[in-house]
Amino acid sequence: MDVLTKKSCRLRRDIIEMVYRSGAGHVGGDLSVADILTVLYFKIMNVSPEKQNNPERDRFLLSKGHCADALYCALGEKGFYDVNEAIKTFCQFGSRFIGHPNMEVPGIELNFGSLGHGISVGVGMALAAKMDRRNYRTYVVLGDGEMAEGSNYEGMMAAGHYKLDNLCATVDLNRLQISGTTEQVMNSASLADKFRDFNWNVIEVKDGNNCEMLVRAYEKAAGYKGKPTVVIAHTVKGKGISFMENQSSWHHGVMTEEQYQQAVKELEEVLR
Amino acid sequence: MNKVTNRQVICDTLLKAAETDRDIVVLCSDSRGSASITPFARQYPEQFVELGIAEQNLVSVAAGMASCGKTAFAVSPASFLSTRSYEQAKIDVAYSMTNVTLVGISGGISYGALGMSHHSCQDIAAFSALPDMRVYLPSDRFQIGRLIQELLKDQKPAYVRVSRSATEDVYGEDMEFELNKAIVISEGADVMLIACGEMVPYAVKAAELLQREGISAGVIDMYCLKPLDEETILRYARQVKCLVTVEEHSYFGGLGSLTAQVTAGKYPIRVTQIALPDGHLISGTNHEVFHYYHMDGPGIANTVKITLAEVRADAVCVGN
Repeated sequence: MDVLTKKSCRLRRDIIEMVYRSGAGHVGGDLSVADILTVLYFKIMNVSPEKQNNPERDRFLLSKGHCADALYCALGEKGFYDVNEAIKTFCQFGSRFIGHPNMEVPGIELNFGSLGHGISVGVGMALAAKMDRRNYRTYVVLGDGEMAEGSNYEGMMAAGHYKLDNLCATVDLNRLQISGTTEQVMNSASLADKFRDFNWNVIEVKDGNNCEMLVRAYEKAAGYKGKPTVVIAHTVKGKGISFMENQSSWHHGVMTEEQYQQAVKELEEVLR
Repeated sequence: MNKVTNRQVICDTLLKAAETDRDIVVLCSDSRGSASITPFARQYPEQFVELGIAEQNLVSVAAGMASCGKTAFAVSPASFLSTRSYEQAKIDVAYSMTNVTLVGISGGISYGALGMSHHSCQDIAAFSALPDMRVYLPSDRFQIGRLIQELLKDQKPAYVRVSRSATEDVYGEDMEFELNKAIVISEGADVMLIACGEMVPYAVKAAELLQREGISAGVIDMYCLKPLDEETILRYARQVKCLVTVEEHSYFGGLGSLTAQVTAGKYPIRVTQIALPDGHLISGTNHEVFHYYHMDGPGIANTVKITLAEVRADAVCVGN
């Protein structure tokens, strides 16, 4: 198993621990976005605890903020803090590890939570980079259910208008949201066409849970000039845990002890 | 009569500040003309960002830029800025404490003949309720200049509302200004009028009319709605027979509500609220509308007299 795949499995193990202990979080989306977070934090982005105030650091925004639990685990694994603190206190009384991205947590750029803000805030960060002639890139990760929010399209329009090739969005396209499939709830297809219409470069990743494919996509995106890039990552909700995969009921499902043991067993087997 | 609008002064102040500060950015939503900010856009095109008619994006982009070290001014009609982009103001500006000043132009009923869609008579209530958001309604051109200079010195979120037309001068170049400190324009022993924004000159006029009739009326310019200068309100609450608030805003959650909240809790006194009625407003120029709703000088003076008569009657009742 390659290093990144192992990392993403480790991240899944943290996520399972965090959501089981807290009885909170959005495990389905956490697991679908786990490989995207792994690739961005451990291969692509120029971020580290030492550089957290460096103006040249890459910027990351989790627009699908309800998957903050996965992000807290990724930042912990990256060394921003002890991941066990996050796992033990997530959503507990007085914790800084609240249910949506919180700036009090090292490595989090801005407070998030309501959907449809990421692209626009990312446009601001990318514009500031151009203005200051800085080379950092801005990465925004969105959910596909989130793409029903109209504000996304204002942000997409501005990013295309200003040719922000230092902005890279990712859609974690797991095809499921809380009430069912995105196709049933609110059909946003084709997202690729929508981004193209707003003058974006589109890279589709057939298996958005494959780290190697994601790395190639992000490397290609970084080299693309004159347009912002969106990586449309076709992922599996609940990826990596057999009974959670492709089930909208696991959007924010809570595991029984038996299910938890089963999930741990499946991940330990892969890690071994 | 002054012809210089407050929005022009905002532009002049930012132009001056941008001479030495490359991090000042102004963002508009197809509103550079109505905001009188075109001179800034021309002189500093690299520090100006046009977002088109998209107020949600305007505010989020401003927050993103601010988080990367910019001092952002997002300028758009107050009606849209305070409602369409309210969530962006709540999360990306206030909650994330980004260095963004939201400038609501043509505030209140500046667009008096354009209908309720273009009024912003809820902005004080809306923005005051956001944790960490500051709310300012400056009165004249001298005060807006000083306010913007002060806001440039800190990194915190703020909302500033200005009206469309030029406002009568209340102060002069040498005015004394302290951020978050109300300005006592004149002293009164019977009544203090507490006004904000464009209503301040009307309140000053009312006080003059009352003085002529032997009523001792003073005026407080409460341009800082949040943080509200409670100390000044309570100081005068203890000295006068009643307070009368005057605002270009709904009855709900504006200057009158905020004032009554302070006095009710700390020094109960009669507070009469002069505000725009809760319903469809009549169309017209701002002065016509204020006159119609008895919010101009004579109208305010009349309400003060009625209030004082009621306060006297209450005192007699209590005496019996």
